[in-house]
Amino acid sequence: MAQAVVETKDLTKVYGENFTAVNKLNLRIEEGEVFGFLGANGAGKTTTLLMLLGLTEPTSGEVSVWGLDPTRHPVDVKRIVGYLPERVGFYEDMSAAQNLAYTADLNGIRASVAAPKIKGLLETVGLGHVIDQPVSTYSRGMKQRLGLADIWLKEPKLAFLDEPTTGIDPNGIDDVLALISSMAKKGITIIFCSHVLPQVQRICSRVGILSKGVLVADGPIGSLGRDSERYRMEAEVDNATTAVVDAVKAIAGVEDVELMDRTLIVTASSDLRGQVSRAIIDSGALLLGMRIEEFNLERIYKRFSKEAQ
Amino acid sequence: MYAVFRKELSDHLSSKRFIILFMLVFLSAMFAIYIAIQTIRSVVSPTTEAIFIRLFTTSGDNLPSFLFFLSLFIPIVGIALGFDAINNERNSGNLSRLMSQPIYRDSVINGKFLAGLAVLAIMIVGVVLIVGGLGLRIVGVPPNGEEIVRLMAFVFVSLVYGAFWMALAVLFSVFFKRTATSMLASLAVWIFFFFFLAVIAGGVADAIVPVDSNSSVAALANNATLETSLSRLSPCTLYGETTIALLTPEVGSTNATMLLISTYSGRLGNPLPLESSLLLVWPQIVSIIALCAVCFGISYIRFMREEIRSI
Repeated sequence: MAQAVVETKDLTKVYGENFTAVNKLNLRIEEGEVFGFLGANGAGKTTTLLMLLGLTEPTSGEVSVWGLDPTRHPVDVKRIVGYLPERVGFYEDMSAAQNLAYTADLNGIRASVAAPKIKGLLETVGLGHVIDQPVSTYSRGMKQRLGLADIWLKEPKLAFLDEPTTGIDPNGIDDVLALISSMAKKGITIIFCSHVLPQVQRICSRVGILSKGVLVADGPIGSLGRDSERYRMEAEVDNATTAVVDAVKAIAGVEDVELMDRTLIVTASSDLRGQVSRAIIDSGALLLGMRIEEFNLERIYKRFSKEAQ
Repeated sequence: MYAVFRKELSDHLSSKRFIILFMLVFLSAMFAIYIAIQTIRSVVSPTTEAIFIRLFTTSGDNLPSFLFFLSLFIPIVGIALGFDAINNERNSGNLSRLMSQPIYRDSVINGKFLAGLAVLAIMIVGVVLIVGGLGLRIVGVPPNGEEIVRLMAFVFVSLVYGAFWMALAVLFSVFFKRTATSMLASLAVWIFFFFFLAVIAGGVADAIVPVDSNSSVAALANNATLETSLSRLSPCTLYGETTIALLTPEVGSTNATMLLISTYSGRLGNPLPLESSLLLVWPQIVSIIALCAVCFGISYIRFMREEIRSI
């Protein structure tokens, strides 16, 4: 078993009197993982990250990051962790290179060592041509890439990325996701917070779903689906009558049939498209089209969110 | 912390804000020295001592002295250096990034405060040196050792006074989310102390100890003492008293009654030695330092305890 780089035990954060942002979170993230941390806005993702960084004190429970307690040793933890906050900001009147030079200075990297590294990193993230322009001229996507360079600069063992793709265009998203993947290839363990499921699906090896502060699901994307496997077929039917519904319902394995306008929604325990189409035609209706909904994260996510409520 | 200090200092020195402020202070210094040089011959006699430091306090007809300009501008400079220290970082999204770097949280506020202090020092020392140098060149009377010490004490007090206003502005920048609010709040406090408190102090003193032309000297003295005590609530008054006593050796007392008597008798006392002048304003100096420490202390604690919220 690989080494756990992040481990929490019954981690809880209560704001004020009765707002529980994070509730008894048990999380274990291993070295080299790309962990997708999913949840709607306000589900407690950022609060968890802030506790992992030692910026917010947990109300109760234990946290360990690389064997360190972030509340007791915040500086040691921050030395090995790169944090990209949501809507990251930079000093607008300074250039990208100057902003990174400041980060290097704060991390105790000597200027002579930092300068060539900064240049190389900015090339890597595709900002080589605007290296000396003030950050105020950058687009949102450029700033996010600069943010990635900013945490890459300190060569962290762990990177916490909080909604790194918010507010950027599709091309920009591709760039950012590609960069995150290449960071992961360099051996950096990544926690990727997002509420955008396809992105998480693209780069994460494992996901945890947080809903109202509770971790409702945790595991590899594949295994999350398997135990909940429900096949959902949609058939477009002309002249649909209740007879059609009854005929489909009679098929063994069909659990539920719903008729909405011209669409028949069939939920079953296995792929029954053949039987369903025959039943529809045999009952005198016209089958115009049929498709099976592929298993995806969206569904898992919706299901778990619903269950938690 | 030195990383924050270096960055803030270079930010300040290269900012337009600093250039504007420095031009303002520089021009007022030029103006004041011009007035002082025009009028200094009329205020000194062959027996006058400490001519050199008179350059800083001499005013023309209806025209203010260098000291007045400085007492006007130091708070503005202090506020300008501090009012957006923390909330600007927060609004621009830099604060959480800064906090995730391997530095202690107090390094941020300490580094910023020290950088502001360094800028204030550069500005005040620079301006005093410019005025002193020009004065020396034009008037031609070199300062003696005591005058130099007095000037150094004056620079020190000015620095602490500027630091107080900066600490106040930093305090507001920790408490208020918007930079415009924190700047207005700091300016409001300054305007209140600089302009209104004197009027209020006078009004309150007159209400408690009414005086008119027939009042006894005792009543007049009571009235004046009360007014002074009230106006000493203002750091502006404390600074004014301190600098006047430091730069005018003839001022024998900051006590209103004594001043009243010396004004009535038509003469100021003999010049006091340096130690006595210092002793005279020691309480004022300590008060300014304490005010500065309190403001900085509150903002420090508040900043350290503040939780970085996600929303």
